[in-house]
Amino acid sequence: MYDVAIIGCGVIGAAAAYALSRYDNKVVILEAENDVADCTTKANSAILHAGYDPAPGTRMAKLNVRGVELAKEICAKLDVSYKQCGSLVLALDEKELPHLQHLFENGTANGVPGMKILSREETLAMEPGLSDKVCGALWAPSAAIVNPWEYALAMTEVAVRNGVELRRNCKVTDAEFIEGGYRLTVPGGTVETRCVINAAGIWADKVHSMVEPANFRIIPTRGEYYLLDKSEGTRVSHVIFQCPNELGKGVLVTPTVHGNLLVGPNAEPVEGNDVSCTSSGLEFVKATAQRSVPGINFGESIRSFAGVRANLDVDDFIIGEEPEAPGWIDLAGMKSPGLSAAPAVAEEAIAILKDRGILGAEKPDYKDGRRHIRFKELSAEEKAALVKEQPAYGRVICRCETITEGEILAALHSEVPANTIDGVKRRAGAGMGRCQGGFCGPRVLELISRELGMSPLDILQDKNGSNVLVSETKVGGKNNG
Amino acid sequence: MKEVICTCCPQGCHLQVDEANDYKVTGNGCPNGIAYGKEELTHPTRIITSTVRAEGGIHSRCPVKTSQPVPKGQMAQVVAALDSVVLHTPIHVGDVVIRNVCGTGADIVTCRNMD
Amino acid sequence: MVDLVIIGGGPAGLAAACKAWESGLRDILILERDKELGGILNQCIHNGFGLHRFGEQLTGPEYAGRFIDMLKNTGVKVQLDTMVLEVTPDKKVHCVSKEYGYQIIEAKSIVLGMGCRERTRGAIGTPGTRPAGVYTAGAAQRYVNMEGYMVGKRVLILGSGDIGLIMARRMTLEGAKVLACVEVMPYSGGLTRNIVQCLNDFDIPLYLSHTIVDIQGKDRVEKAIVAEIGPDRKPIPGTEMEFDVDTILLSVGLIPENELTKQAGIEMDPRTKGAVVYENMETSIPGVFACGNVVQVHDLVDFVSGESELAGVAAANYVQKGPVAPGRVLNVKPGADLGYTLPQRIRLEGVEKSTNVSFRVRRICGKSTILVKSGDTVIARFKRDRLAPGEMEHIALPRVLLDRAPVDEVTIEIEEA
Repeated sequence: MYDVAIIGCGVIGAAAAYALSRYDNKVVILEAENDVADCTTKANSAILHAGYDPAPGTRMAKLNVRGVELAKEICAKLDVSYKQCGSLVLALDEKELPHLQHLFENGTANGVPGMKILSREETLAMEPGLSDKVCGALWAPSAAIVNPWEYALAMTEVAVRNGVELRRNCKVTDAEFIEGGYRLTVPGGTVETRCVINAAGIWADKVHSMVEPANFRIIPTRGEYYLLDKSEGTRVSHVIFQCPNELGKGVLVTPTVHGNLLVGPNAEPVEGNDVSCTSSGLEFVKATAQRSVPGINFGESIRSFAGVRANLDVDDFIIGEEPEAPGWIDLAGMKSPGLSAAPAVAEEAIAILKDRGILGAEKPDYKDGRRHIRFKELSAEEKAALVKEQPAYGRVICRCETITEGEILAALHSEVPANTIDGVKRRAGAGMGRCQGGFCGPRVLELISRELGMSPLDILQDKNGSNVLVSETKVGGKNNG
Repeated sequence: MKEVICTCCPQGCHLQVDEANDYKVTGNGCPNGIAYGKEELTHPTRIITSTVRAEGGIHSRCPVKTSQPVPKGQMAQVVAALDSVVLHTPIHVGDVVIRNVCGTGADIVTCRNMD
Repeated sequence: MVDLVIIGGGPAGLAAACKAWESGLRDILILERDKELGGILNQCIHNGFGLHRFGEQLTGPEYAGRFIDMLKNTGVKVQLDTMVLEVTPDKKVHCVSKEYGYQIIEAKSIVLGMGCRERTRGAIGTPGTRPAGVYTAGAAQRYVNMEGYMVGKRVLILGSGDIGLIMARRMTLEGAKVLACVEVMPYSGGLTRNIVQCLNDFDIPLYLSHTIVDIQGKDRVEKAIVAEIGPDRKPIPGTEMEFDVDTILLSVGLIPENELTKQAGIEMDPRTKGAVVYENMETSIPGVFACGNVVQVHDLVDFVSGESELAGVAAANYVQKGPVAPGRVLNVKPGADLGYTLPQRIRLEGVEKSTNVSFRVRRICGKSTILVKSGDTVIARFKRDRLAPGEMEHIALPRVLLDRAPVDEVTIEIEEA
């Protein structure tokens, strides 16, 4: 019997696993998809919010601020791409200035450090590319951008290294009470566990209702984005927010940790994980973003995508034990600032487990930390030395992003190995650039086939069923010669 | 009357070919179109390019072509004849892979060297 | 220090290398990222190459093979499986390979021959899901022709440029069903021969003034929704057609691969998306030349070879004789009907007898006269029966005429009959 089964390995499940892996407990992560961080975690704004948005006194406010403090340390320890670039909430009209003041007060009450209300001149001095309608801004230096799927992957890798079991393609389809805990139905059998952490993202309410009717309702909400070429990456240097208005929540414009520009999202309720982009949604994003940064050159867009987040019918996170199911802990409704709060949310889960007497002793041989080689970021001397030592780093596979075979091999053999083309993309970065995998795709496929002993016909783009190739040509000659 | 687009040069004249009248061609921008129009309706031919399996070399397929145009109606047949061919390196450009493929008079020849 | 480093061993690099050697240059090194020479020609197994150059209709690999054979008869050195990471303004080439490690190669001259990449779905912003099964035509071509895999069974092609048309035929011959070719413009961008032999031969319909407005499918493509577009380039409601496909091939444009060029600080032309070049293909950095698809997207490889040979000779001259003598420089500008002109600048001292100018028109023109003007004076005229955006045009401007240009600017215009 496991001590804890974590359902879902997005950033919340990963943070919980990472936190738990420090303790001497038998932990398993049950991830429905064939890879971790393959749902909301890979398709969001990638922002660690300063924490002035949530209403003071809410759990959301406390965990947001605590979460981003922890995130900074974790990203440094685990070599996750992170940049504390700060954020500006713009007032694009005199009428919006009181809202900035309101956010400032919120932030102060929430313990957000270093905020300042900037005048129009100060704002434009900081960001010359902004609309000349700018009247002022709320500056929050503690806001940061991160690589959200790398964040989740890194935490999962360390957890696995320290004994947490990860099962992929392991969708939980039922849950029942048993003596001392729960029995979860998964493909091919069951998993028995004393406690459950429900981090099932947009399906958290459905998973919860497997054991008990849920008293919360997830409203899957889709947000569409544009990702622009690095030539637009310096259009702004900070995260640029807008004030919400009668048209809805504003659209943000932000640099990414990779040097691209990210623009979005809109917000539309959808069924399940409907990640399609719509022309009206993208039009809205484009037009709204241009209100803050009029000069964005959308001709330099390299990709449009959408992510679905787990909105709720209430305005706070759902964190706690289900009263009718002791040991069943929900970490649900993790919409913004869910990513920001992740490690603090995990701390809450740990606290509950501790209270229940489940938490084991701290592992004396716990191995924290992670180092990730990024060839393109090395100096010429470092590159030369690396290639000499490991020639696989001498073969560049992804031209657009300068990603080497060495990095791809590391992705295929890591503690949470990639086995799909997008899995390699999320770990090594190959295929993220301006040609979107057109050049490196066949080469990555070949490496996956070679390293994992898979037939090219079985290799997936991402999720199950997304086979890249359908058959061989010239099948008649297969067993000839 | 049939319309045929001439492919002799990029001009792409739209030819009108009168099958009832000894394939008389009108609409041609130059004399080449006269022969082309008639050929295209009486004996249309094509050069076929494809690949065959290759073993022992840098790639698992070797490009091949017909050494001369073959009847358009036999395209599928000729391509099918390539299906079970396996070449072994070393391959030299111009190697004959199949002689007189499907009785067309054309050979299938390789288009590259492969060691 | 190497006399000449050539970045790219495709048709551009090969032609430049052979010609530079022929011109007497000796210490020449080609850096090629793939495991063989030939570049994109290796996967272009269709014929139609070399009609101008060799008077024959060759396949891509055969055309490449001719130059590779020529190269074998020279002492030009080749490093395969080598990726150039950076070209500095002072002509140091940083590259990396498994075999040779990290190298910084100092060059007296450089020829840039990196070719181009394909425009992607992301760049055209097609709405819908992002399932497997959406490929650029060239990526699919590589899988089918070199690795021997079919990328799908039921195919829709977006874009009627040559690559899309060629793949329509290729996929059909390998047993796939190609349901249609969809083109956003009111005319096809490809050669007429390809319309006939790739679409008409197989009864594949071509829908002009149409585009894909939605891609559906959870993990693999399931449907493509195609609609007609109006003069405002927006879809016309009610014209939607549903195609039951598992594969979409995109042939929506080629973009010169100029990251190295830009990094080196070389002046770029936003119209060609390539470097600004002089009459001998020299860029704004003396001793650095660019040719082939990296400087302007070509339709016929024959002209890539010609242009690249010019660059090869120019590099040899630069190293052996020195830079082009100072003198009058004419700026070449495209008139209203032209997308671009190349070269963008002509140094009269660099022109012996005449210099070639290439350009593309922005729309199909019937019987026309190409006017070469300097100020208000027409200094040359050329007649053409037909001009199309999909066909690069070439004119030769004699030195004697250029000498007589009244101002330092030459504009190329079209006058339709």
